[in-house]
Amino acid sequence: MNQLMQINGLLPVLPEIVLGSGAMLLLMVGVGIAQTERSSAIVNGWCIALLVLVAVLLLSMPPGRHAMFGGSFVVDDYARFLKLLTLIGSSGTLMLSLNYLTRAKQQKFEFGVLVLLSTLGMMMLISAADLIALYLGLELMSLPLYVVAASDRDNVRSTEAGLKYFVLGALSSGMLLYGASLIYGFTGTIEFAGIAKATAHGAGIGLIFGLVFLFVGFCFKISAVPFHMWTPDVYEGAPTPVTAFFASAPKVAGIAIFVRATVVAFPGITHEWQQIVVFVSIASMVLGAFAAIGQRNIKRLMAYSSIGHMGFALVGLAAGTPEGVQGVLVYMSIYVAMTLGTFAVILSMRRDGILVENISDLAGLARTHPAMAFFLAMLLFSLAGIPPLAGFFAKFYVFLAAIKAGLYVLAVIGVLASVVGAYYYLSIVKIMYFDEPVRGFESMPGLLRLVLGVSGLTVMLFFAYPAPIVDAATVAAKSLF
Amino acid sequence: MNWPILSVVTFLPLLGALLVMFLVRGNEGLAKGTARWIALWSTLVTFAISLVMVWRFDPTSAEFQFAEKYNWLGVASYHMGVDGISLPFVILTTALMPLCILASWTVIQKRVKEYMIAFLVLETLMVGTFAALYLVLFYLFFEGGLIPMFLIIGVWGGPRRVYASFKFFLYTLLGSVLMLLAIMAMYWDAGTTDIPALLRHGFPLGMQKWAWLAFFASFAVKMPMWPVHTWLPDAHVEAPTAGSVILAAILLKMGGYGFIRFSLPMFPVASHDFAPLIFTLSVVAIIYTSLVALMQEDVKKLIAYSSVAHMGFVTMGIFAATTQGVAGGIFQMISHGIVSGALFLCVGVVYDRMHTREIAAYGGLVNRMPLYAVVFMVFTLANVGLPGTSGFVGEFLSLIGTFKNNVAVATIATFGVILSAAYALWLYRKMIFGTLKPSMAAIKDLGWREVVIFAPLVVLTILFGVAPKPVLDMSAASVAQLLDNYQHAIAAPKTAAPAHDADKVTLDFGRDHAPLIIPVSAAR
Repeated sequence: MNQLMQINGLLPVLPEIVLGSGAMLLLMVGVGIAQTERSSAIVNGWCIALLVLVAVLLLSMPPGRHAMFGGSFVVDDYARFLKLLTLIGSSGTLMLSLNYLTRAKQQKFEFGVLVLLSTLGMMMLISAADLIALYLGLELMSLPLYVVAASDRDNVRSTEAGLKYFVLGALSSGMLLYGASLIYGFTGTIEFAGIAKATAHGAGIGLIFGLVFLFVGFCFKISAVPFHMWTPDVYEGAPTPVTAFFASAPKVAGIAIFVRATVVAFPGITHEWQQIVVFVSIASMVLGAFAAIGQRNIKRLMAYSSIGHMGFALVGLAAGTPEGVQGVLVYMSIYVAMTLGTFAVILSMRRDGILVENISDLAGLARTHPAMAFFLAMLLFSLAGIPPLAGFFAKFYVFLAAIKAGLYVLAVIGVLASVVGAYYYLSIVKIMYFDEPVRGFESMPGLLRLVLGVSGLTVMLFFAYPAPIVDAATVAAKSLF
Repeated sequence: MNWPILSVVTFLPLLGALLVMFLVRGNEGLAKGTARWIALWSTLVTFAISLVMVWRFDPTSAEFQFAEKYNWLGVASYHMGVDGISLPFVILTTALMPLCILASWTVIQKRVKEYMIAFLVLETLMVGTFAALYLVLFYLFFEGGLIPMFLIIGVWGGPRRVYASFKFFLYTLLGSVLMLLAIMAMYWDAGTTDIPALLRHGFPLGMQKWAWLAFFASFAVKMPMWPVHTWLPDAHVEAPTAGSVILAAILLKMGGYGFIRFSLPMFPVASHDFAPLIFTLSVVAIIYTSLVALMQEDVKKLIAYSSVAHMGFVTMGIFAATTQGVAGGIFQMISHGIVSGALFLCVGVVYDRMHTREIAAYGGLVNRMPLYAVVFMVFTLANVGLPGTSGFVGEFLSLIGTFKNNVAVATIATFGVILSAAYALWLYRKMIFGTLKPSMAAIKDLGWREVVIFAPLVVLTILFGVAPKPVLDMSAASVAQLLDNYQHAIAAPKTAAPAHDADKVTLDFGRDHAPLIIPVSAAR
């Protein structure tokens, strides 16, 4: 009876348990049967199915706030919202990668399993309510990422990307751990709630040091300036589906823990961390906008674009209010949709069986592939934040929060950076619509069409019915305060 | 009779765009024809329905009519409605659209389907801009218009179209994002972005100043006012004829509409305080851009600069904040919408035949194109502001309105009328009179399609010049109410100064410079 109660008590973690054991199972199945490319592809397909199953489980979990494992693992509305988003990001990128892996003769079942394990890490990270759980989740998320970055083993650039990401990632993890230890040392607790109590009336310089080191780790994971240096190289070097993965799900998890740790553990010293977030946010927005202008490679461009977008998402965190957190959540939802759609196009830029990556290869796409060009154009206008597309609402909510919090300078710099950013998105539209066409691409594979269609329609029709995402984000944001 | 007429007018073109998108396949001869006819019919039906609105509109009321309201976002509802200030612009838009489609009938041969889609989407966004009664909704329509216009200039434009389209897009966006921030600040102050509610809400003085400047940044670029007008000549020159028409006739009016709808009534004290700035910029625009227009060698550029000058009269009239000034500003915008649109169509006529816009390339057209010469003359004289044409009424009213308020400004601006006569008549002489250029020997006069386009414009130009009453009556009640509120608001600070000072202390907007960080924690 007692055991049954315990098992019942584990119900809120059921999605994670299913995902973890499913990943293990698929790993064994893979080792057992997946001798050929074809059978590996089947295992990778099951990985998608498992992610969908976990998403369904997540949605059918009892509502409310559940603290598990002695309070170190929290399942609340905030966690559910972001976990769902992460699962969408992961399953979306897996869908994007199936065709690529087959074509590149890299169809290995380990790829799907590694994505599953990394997703498990993200889900842990999102629910983490103390520093140890945070670190466990972070590492479980990152280790598979290092491996998949280098998964194109015979390619020097991919190997370099994996190695670079690993070394810098290890460094940032070290800093994060150091920060965590300082925070523990000065507050005597690792629980977020306990830290909040200890810092309710301000904090000493030692704790601030710990906070800064903790932030370094977060900024590295979400590739915010000044810890963004790895991003362009890793994005360019890694196989394209892996880049799509980096740009979506891990960013969601990274932002999730950044927001949770900051808002839940340090509400008493808002003034201190707000300065850091404001700086990081401004630096990311400005660098993302200016550095992207000169790029020729579309994956590098997306790297700078994602740096900029993280800056915009952090505007919401800088506000430090429920409205701000809501803004961050809306921002990340729309960001994931836009990123998946854009990468669906990037993965379709295939000529003579080879994936091309230069922006100039898109020339005249409006005439060779009108539908693809139209969707990409809408996604790019959305990324630039032009109404009535979804990207506008993303920016709208974070800036709305920033204005309420009185962060006028941040808001003004932010919108100006978005104008600069609009320039390079427009340049791609210009290449697609104004320039003379070059040779067309091969026909777009079905799964990529599906992902592009869904994300494109989401971005275009968001304005007509924004309530589901906005309302869910409001509820989710409230659960943190 | 309770159908949502305003929504129908707004979204019917969008429906047409969807029809073109899904029904028309390929870009062959037949498909081109289908796309054109669908576009023409959707704009014509839209125009017909908008005329029903004129019929049912009650000009004695200053309230918003045909109002519709549905829940949409937390911070905004779908709230549409028109009053006497916005209805003329809605009609102007729906009336010019079929003419634009007709003007593009044979000229546009490449990517016809996309072209028609872009124009139809643009129409929805333009009508929506004038009819939106929620600031966020307004912003959505206002900014959304950039996308189709960017594509129209960039895909179907002239040789320097890329430069022009980028300049147009980024200039306008830069101004507008600042307005967006002001909209957010207004939301937190008033708790809503519902325009009728905001019109009643008195904003604290310190905030008015900043919000006014932010709105000014957006509308001044859109209008455009000197010195942020430089995108306009480029965009006009490079855009296809119909694109120039829309740009001159409607997109520019969004700036003026914004000043009347938002800046003047919502930030009356700031408007009063900043009026000298507006007067200065307007006068500079009137004199300086008229002089610049005198020096142009490109027909479209000349008309573009003349647009900037004419918009100077509008801003001047609006911020004079007198009945004649504001009514004159509105009338001038409507008149300029017809006249400058028609002038660009005139340029389009000869450009289609000769494929050059250089003034020097033309001469003696009256010998080969007598009908064209007459039409062009009507619009040239209307552009000059000759009594009996619609151009006179608007300019005259704005000047009277300003004279009441500021004699010096009105006096200097009057010289602009002389300058406008100089460049317009000079252009007319160069192109129409003189010896016939040998290359023009075979040029044909207006065809029946072009006659159909110009006939209503000629009639309206003269009709509004002789009998401006219908337009003035339509907006009279709304303008009167607007100015009534304005006078109350600027009189109020003198009597109720302490209350506003209290506002200033509690709200940080009152500070001279906004702080980077406001401490959120009270704990420190």
